[in-house]
Formats: sequence, structure tokens, C-alpha cells
Amino acid sequence: MPAVLIEDIHKRFGSLEVLKGVSLSVEPGQVVAIIGRSGSGKSTLLRCINGLETFHAGKIEVAGHTMTQDPTKLRELRKDVGIVFQSYNLFPHLTVGQNIMLSPRITKNVPQAEALALAKDVLAQVGLSEKFDSYPDNLSGGQQQRVAIARSLAMKPKVMLFDEVTSALDPELTGEVLLVMEKLAKGGMTMLLVTHEMNFARTVADTTVFMHQGKIWESGPSKVLFANPQTPELSNFVKAGAH
Amino acid sequence: MQTFGWPEALFIFRSAGWTLALTAIAFFIGSILGGAFAIMRLSRVRWLRRFASGYILVIQSIPVLMVLFMSYYGLSALGIELPPFLAASASLSIYVSAYLAEIWRGSIESVPRQQWEASASLAHTTAQTYRYVILPQAVRISLPPTVGFLVQLVKNTSIVQVVGFVDLMRAGMLVNNATYQAFQIFTLVGAIYFAICFPLSRLSRHLEKVMNASRSH
Repeated sequence: MPAVLIEDIHKRFGSLEVLKGVSLSVEPGQVVAIIGRSGSGKSTLLRCINGLETFHAGKIEVAGHTMTQDPTKLRELRKDVGIVFQSYNLFPHLTVGQNIMLSPRITKNVPQAEALALAKDVLAQVGLSEKFDSYPDNLSGGQQQRVAIARSLAMKPKVMLFDEVTSALDPELTGEVLLVMEKLAKGGMTMLLVTHEMNFARTVADTTVFMHQGKIWESGPSKVLFANPQTPELSNFVKAGAH
Repeated sequence: MQTFGWPEALFIFRSAGWTLALTAIAFFIGSILGGAFAIMRLSRVRWLRRFASGYILVIQSIPVLMVLFMSYYGLSALGIELPPFLAASASLSIYVSAYLAEIWRGSIESVPRQQWEASASLAHTTAQTYRYVILPQAVRISLPPTVGFLVQLVKNTSIVQVVGFVDLMRAGMLVNNATYQAFQIFTLVGAIYFAICFPLSRLSRHLEKVMNASRSH
């Protein structure tokens, strides 16, 4: 069974149709990069997968859950689907440790001692063990984003979504975040990432999906797709991003 | 003729106690109501939202004196007699609730939308999102304006004298009527108001500075 199954999704903002029948299937352990110009609908598609955006027609199944508006069922789905945002969105009034422990504690009733061990473990995974008691404002953007990844991992998700997670970072800080993501990918995590990092898509993602005008314009194994674009749109896009 | 001496001063001090008590009660009850109205105002349920904004609009658009008259004279005309203290506490609580609801709604709304999204994405319920993510941040934002409003409330309680309640201001006037030593009396009354409000104003300004210096901790 696919980890993520998207079937003919349609989504409008007012009269503007941003997703015009998108279908996508992601196998467990697969890493899928979604690329495309701004306005192509790639972020909207990603946000549909954990219910941050609703859609007008179609069907989404994630980690064995069917997408729904029912709050209880949606929460069950979200326990299995982590998302990391462009703007990190750590909770500024909580320390790094508290940020990570909060959700397992309150949504899964994980005991305090266990949550603490879990937090230390995921923080070690992103290489920030020493920042346990720091506040987000005292961290660099790259560190905050790694904490945001750790916070998602503490929920033991089956699928991870990454929404342009390096776009807000200074170039010298993107590397440390991409490294953490690469490690996750190699560890077998199912990942969907919307990204502008073409090099990362090409080398780390098994599959790359090129979105254009609300549709999947072209998709395939990353190396093949980047080497031999079949459409002029992708060809132009890759060329524009190359320098 | 009576002169202004210790017994009169003591009477004024005791009445200052009533002003404080009234302020405390109105602020306490008004906070609970105001918090509820702030949350209702932001609810996804449309009739709750409308009810709350209607309430806030009406209360903010009429003088608090009107509310006081209604709850004291208005109700007594209908056969319900409220003692002055009760009528005063109730009216001021209503007044406080409408203003705090708006201050707090603004504070809640000034927490970035992304915080709601992050919280929802971590499978928190709406109640958990408020409790653990939004309110702790909103409270920090709201502290300076809330304390500022409290200072206004201390002074505005003086209107309760119109229903015969003897607060600090009314006590000063009564003593003046008996002794005609306006200067000494109102110096004392003013000094007491100042002694209550000045520390609060300083607290408000201090909080504002602290909040600006470190947004998050």
C-alpha cells in the first residue's frame, strides 16, 4: 500500500484553480521532491496532505488515513504526518526541549521521563543536543529549522513533509539542514519535499515531480528527469535554476 | 463646625479600601467574562462570534453610567432591588469585560497565524493550541495594555457614587461638605489615587520595556 496516495485533487482559491487534477503515489521509504515555479501549486499540494488546506474534489490517503474534515480523525492522521515549514514556527515561549516534548506529552500521553529521553534522542539526531535548554530566539535559522525537524520526529511520523524548508535561510546555513534531511532519507523515512534546491532533489530524491500551472507536468526518477527533460517548460526551469 | 482631623482622614482611607475592593471585584469578574468573550469573538461558530461582537459593541458604545443606572434604577423599577455595592460591581464588571475582551482578542490575533498551523500540524486540539501555544504568547503581548486599563478602572470606579455608594471620591466630597477644607481633603484623596495608580503605571511601562527587550522569554 502506498504511504501517500493522491487521486485527482482539485483546489480553487475563489475562481482561481490552483490544483487541476493532481494524482501522485508515494511508496513507503520513498523520497519525492516537488519542484516548480512559485504559483505552480506545489506548496498547496503539500499542505493538502496534512489537511492545512482543504480541496474541492479528489481523494488523499496518508499513512493509512483518509483525509477528512472530522477534527478527531484529522488529528489521528496528523500524528502520523510531520510537517516542517519555511519559517520554522517553533514556539518562542518554550525552550528547545519543551518544544519537542510538548506534543508527545499532550497528544499521546507519553510519560515525562520517556518524553525527555525521546527529545534527547531526536535532538541528537539533528546534532543539537547542547541546545536542549535554549530558547528558539537564541538559535540561528539553521539550528531552529533542525529543531523543527526534531520536533516533528518526536511524534514518530510515518511520512514527513518539508515545505521549502531552506528558502528562508542564508546560503551558508542551508547545508546543515539539508544534511539532516539526507540522513533521514537514508534512514528510510518517507518524505515529500517542496524545494528550490535542485541539486538536493537530483541527488537525494528518488523521484522528482515538476509542477506547472496546477498540474504535474512531468515526473520520473530524479536523475533521468533532470538529465532529460521531456517538456520545454521543465527544460527552461532546470536551465534557469542551473546557474 | 466639624474640622478635618484623624476621624475624617480614617473615613477617607476606609473608603479607599472600598474603591480597591470594587476595582478588584470588577477586574476579577470582568477578566473571566472578558476572556470568554475574546475566545467567542474568535470562534469558528458564527453565532458565538456575532453574539460576542454584539455584546462588545453595545457595551463600548454606551456610557458605563448608563449600565449603572440600568442595573440600579432600571431593575428596581422592575421590582428587583440590587444593593448599591452589588449594582456597582455588576456594572463595572460588564464594562471591564467588554474592554478586556477587545484588548485580549487583539493580543490573541497578534500571535502569528503560523503558530496555529504548527500547533494543528502537531495534532493538538483547538483547546490545547490555546492552552499551550497561543495564550502564553498572547498574555505576554496583552500585559502592558491590560495593566494600563486597570489604572483607568481605579479612577473610573468613582462613578459608582451616583447610586449612593461611598467610594474614595464620594468620601472626600462628604467630608468636604462637613468641614469645607477642600484643599487638605482633596490633596489627600488625590494622593491616595496617586499611590494606587502610580505603581501600576510604572508596572505597565516596565512590562512594556521587558516585552520589547525580549519577545520570547
